[in-house]
Amino acid sequence: MSDAYSRPVTGHVPVLRLGDVLLVTLQGDLHDSTAQQLQQDLAETISRTGVRGVLIDISGVEIVDSFLGRVLAEIAAQAKLLAARTVVAGMRPAVAITLAELGLTLPGLSTALSTEAGMELLTQQTPAYRPDGPRQESP
Amino acid sequence: MPEHEADGQLATPTHEVRDFLHRRREQIAQRWADEPLFRTVFTVSRDEAVEASKVVVDALAQVADSDQVEDPDAAGFSGVREQLARMGAARSRAGLSNTQVASELAALRPPVENLLAADLEEAPAEHLRACSTALTVLMGTLRLVAMQTALSEWQALSDRQRLQLMEVATPVIRLWDGVVAVPLIGTLDSARSQVVMETLLNAVVDQHARFAILDITGVPTVDSLVAQHLMKTVAAARLMGAQCIVSGIRPAIAQTIVHLGLDLDVITRASLSDALRYALHELGADIVNPGAGQR
Amino acid sequence: MHTAAGVEACLPIRSDMDLVWVRQHVRQAAARLGFGLVEQTKLVTAASELARNTLVHGGGGQMEATHISSGGVQGLRLAFSDEGPGIADLDQALSDGYTSGDGLGMGLSGARRLVHDFEIDSTPGDGTTVRVTCWAAQPPRPREEA
Repeated sequence: MSDAYSRPVTGHVPVLRLGDVLLVTLQGDLHDSTAQQLQQDLAETISRTGVRGVLIDISGVEIVDSFLGRVLAEIAAQAKLLAARTVVAGMRPAVAITLAELGLTLPGLSTALSTEAGMELLTQQTPAYRPDGPRQESP
Repeated sequence: MPEHEADGQLATPTHEVRDFLHRRREQIAQRWADEPLFRTVFTVSRDEAVEASKVVVDALAQVADSDQVEDPDAAGFSGVREQLARMGAARSRAGLSNTQVASELAALRPPVENLLAADLEEAPAEHLRACSTALTVLMGTLRLVAMQTALSEWQALSDRQRLQLMEVATPVIRLWDGVVAVPLIGTLDSARSQVVMETLLNAVVDQHARFAILDITGVPTVDSLVAQHLMKTVAAARLMGAQCIVSGIRPAIAQTIVHLGLDLDVITRASLSDALRYALHELGADIVNPGAGQR
Repeated sequence: MHTAAGVEACLPIRSDMDLVWVRQHVRQAAARLGFGLVEQTKLVTAASELARNTLVHGGGGQMEATHISSGGVQGLRLAFSDEGPGIADLDQALSDGYTSGDGLGMGLSGARRLVHDFEIDSTPGDGTTVRVTCWAAQPPRPREEA
């Protein structure tokens, strides 16, 4: 395809650990298999590290269709089974309007305006917050 | 300049018209410049009107050349659309109705037809008739294009005005740090709720508002469609991480909502101040009555 | 009177990689035609749903994008076609929550709500074509709601 298109994100999305929270930043146009890979990586990382929260920053995501919506909902559901809370932060207004119009309200998902607000939400409820700095998790 | 095609064969009527338009470009433009449509729009000088007329003559010749005299979408017209729109708009501003503009457009035809008849005096009657029919059709198509352009300009203008009106009617107010409100007044139709939704959600982002209050005190009725729009706004705000509160539900509206069997799964408060009190409480800033001391 | 300025592009839908191209193409085409951000997002999302349907249920196919205009308003028409098994019960397929795959059952019914015009043609055994149209501004013919 032509160079006018930005390269889609394929492979692994980096998962960062900030104390008791895993931070994932999604950006651009996500390949279906990348989203599914992320879901798997997160489940493994949560169970390995025993973190209490997952923060997914989607402020760089231009569209969320029912596929990505389902992946986000499933990430939250599986994290809950592993005793972690998931917060999706920074959804753009246009994306939120589209999802509401689509009829996808994702009721099981906690949301926050920004990563800061999301972090606050997660750390308030995880008193065992240990600020040991950001650390890259090799997925 | 050849009157007819070189080998003595007659050109097709449309091509005859094309050649005629090329040949008589100057004369046609001179006559049109005196017609009200051009004379009153291009007022700087008569030359300006003549030049504008020539542009239209050229466009007609191009359309005749492509054998599309009946097609308002012919490529030849694309160059004059803007000018025609400007002319139509100018005449409308001068207070003419669409019908009057249409008849001014129609008045452009006779001068050209007379010129054509004079030009083809020598040609066989059959050919002259065919050529003048082609010209009539072409002029009719021009009229159609002009009217179409004028109407769509008018439509665009009224759409713009409606949008502006909607934006003006949807002020988002910052009530407190992290609390925005939009008082809705009047009927909520689909287009307007779209604007409300967008304006409110953009304000949520800009103001980092955790609470967004939709005050419907000024909304006369809530039917299932309006309720649906409210729910969509609430759902979209929640997806972004903000909470919506619907305030100002009058008793009659509460009754309607119950009668319609609508399940408004949203935080509601009777008045805007109650909604603000709730939001402040949630933000950890309670309002206490100074006279009462401790609660 | 709608005039079509010809088919602008024809993209294959054969793998989930192609879904990304479809989304990017639709976004760029809509942006060029002056779609607002929300309309762009809606159309791209609808295209994503429909392309995925073509891939998952139709066994692959293609998308044709056509630039149309009517009364000065610009629009984009997208046609998704496959030669898959077709849809036996259209009413059921268009209802909320109906799913034959593993999605949330919002594909067709959801996409329909995101566009101004939605048409579906399906013959069991012969494939499915879904045509959607979106306008850059208000649709040319007023669609006032009651």
